[in-house]
Amino acid sequence: MSTNTATVDAKNMTTLQKYFTLRKHEAGVAWKKAKARKMCYLFLAPYAILFCMFYVFPVVASIYYSFTYYNILEPPRFIGLSNYISLILEDDIFLIGIKNTFMIAIITGPLGYILSFLFAWLINELPRWVRSVAVIVFYAPSIAGNCYVIFSVFFRGDAYGYVNAFLMNIGVIDTPILWLINPTYMLPICMLVILWMSLGTGFLSFVAGLQGVDKSQFEAGYMDGIKNRWQELWYITLPNMKPMLMFGAVMSITQAFGVCDVTMALCGYPSTDYAARTIVTHLFDYGFSRFEMGYACAIATILFLIMILCNKAIQSLLRRVGT
Amino acid sequence: MAKKQKKQVEEKPYKKPIIKKRKPNRSIAGDIALYVFLVLVALIMAFPIIYAVSSALKPLDELFKFPPRIFAQHPTLDNFSDLFVTMGKSWVTFSRYLFNTVFITFVGTAGHLIIASMGAFVLAKYEFPGNEAFFKLVTVAMMFTGYVTQIPNYLILNKLGWIDTYWSIIIPAFASPMGLFLMKQFMEGLPTSLIEAAKIDGANEWRVFYQIVMPNVKPAWMTLIIFSVQALWNNKASTYIYSEERKTLVYALQQIQAGGIARTGQGAAVLVVVMVVPILIFVFSESQILETMASSGLKD
Repeated sequence: MSTNTATVDAKNMTTLQKYFTLRKHEAGVAWKKAKARKMCYLFLAPYAILFCMFYVFPVVASIYYSFTYYNILEPPRFIGLSNYISLILEDDIFLIGIKNTFMIAIITGPLGYILSFLFAWLINELPRWVRSVAVIVFYAPSIAGNCYVIFSVFFRGDAYGYVNAFLMNIGVIDTPILWLINPTYMLPICMLVILWMSLGTGFLSFVAGLQGVDKSQFEAGYMDGIKNRWQELWYITLPNMKPMLMFGAVMSITQAFGVCDVTMALCGYPSTDYAARTIVTHLFDYGFSRFEMGYACAIATILFLIMILCNKAIQSLLRRVGT
Repeated sequence: MAKKQKKQVEEKPYKKPIIKKRKPNRSIAGDIALYVFLVLVALIMAFPIIYAVSSALKPLDELFKFPPRIFAQHPTLDNFSDLFVTMGKSWVTFSRYLFNTVFITFVGTAGHLIIASMGAFVLAKYEFPGNEAFFKLVTVAMMFTGYVTQIPNYLILNKLGWIDTYWSIIIPAFASPMGLFLMKQFMEGLPTSLIEAAKIDGANEWRVFYQIVMPNVKPAWMTLIIFSVQALWNNKASTYIYSEERKTLVYALQQIQAGGIARTGQGAAVLVVVMVVPILIFVFSESQILETMASSGLKD
């Protein structure tokens, strides 16, 4: 009996040992490979160091600081979850920010994404030179820098604002509307402007991807009886575009949740009744006006989690396209 | 090799019929509706930009005319010269703001191009432990905005003593994940045999990189440049830079617009200066950028 258990033990030992020797061997192989490819690490080093310094480490640090009270002057003091608790339970303005950000993200994110694809697809039908002009016209707003501030002229609150003047001329309203000061109109106007700028990097990616779809697939489609452009879109174009669709989704989610420039430029910072506050403006407020770094880091961490989770969810959704 | 190919293309121009042969499964009504719709949307999209340009060209009395006209009747360049004249007397001159922005954009873009291409080259063309893991990390970094890292970045830059210098904007821009991502995806399309041939001829990695790979990925250069310029040129730089004399053009724009109605014309002129550079770069490199974006897809 005892000899039996001993042999079982020995067997276990050997499998364990085998496992470890295998791992050790693998590590050794990896090390040797790494040594043979020393040049590669040298090439990657400048980028990798900066990337870790300004992208990886800050995320980790931000998570760490979110559990502390830190105001730059004193060393950080560990306070557990209380930053998060007061964010969610006590900070009404943060909840407004969350609500606004989600409203903007849910409306402009998917809509901007669909518009990007729609226009890329429609443009694709045009002859070459018209297409390149069209790409410039549609893409220009998103790279035109601060051009969106021109909308504050259109939506000026007095009777000289163009929108007010137009509406008064055709008799819809009698008194000018304070577009950018009245909380009811702030968010819709911001969304309008964000949509105007939403044909960005994702749009370019779609345009390029559509040109790369294999023509013979369309011809095969005609043979197989694809009747109109919508069927062609769903059965041939979309499945071919999957990688670009993923890329575009990443771009538009990141943009949709990071909104702050437009709201700050149009509605002011802080805006009336905080009606145009977003998560990012709240982050600025605590980080760079009040210097409550720990609290601001908790906001940043929440924003980070929202973005990553949203991206993962959308990606698993997009995998099913065309199947 | 590349030159020879170009010549061939010139000798035998590819004639494309101006009106494309219609695809068999398209209805004429649909096509007409499509064109009308696209023209309408294009007008709406272009209107704010056209308006900005035309109001920069309007003399002062036309700016406040009511009802307003879209196009200037007597276009002048007064607003642009005003920028240099009236702001030339202020403490920080307009040309200083312009210089700051140009300097930050130029150095940041050049450094980003070099560093990101070096990283992308080995990630795309060599296999080594940690290769895929690192690239995964870069794609994850594209999924969140820079705002998330802004506060720790401030602390790091503070430790390094770079707060209130140009480097606080320039150095983080070197590591932008987007550039590396696009460059790597594009370099994967390069034939590996090209690199192997160069190696057989006795070139080391460095020479392969700057004599073989870099000249062959010029379209991707332009793409990196446009994204980097777009980010840096529009950088407000207000969180990391305090000194007035190191602030950027976009910041000056905000100041001018805060200056009230009397400076509307100048504000429009700065707006045009700010937006014209990225758009011009895009106009002149559109085909190359689209060529790069064709390989931008995210595979899993």
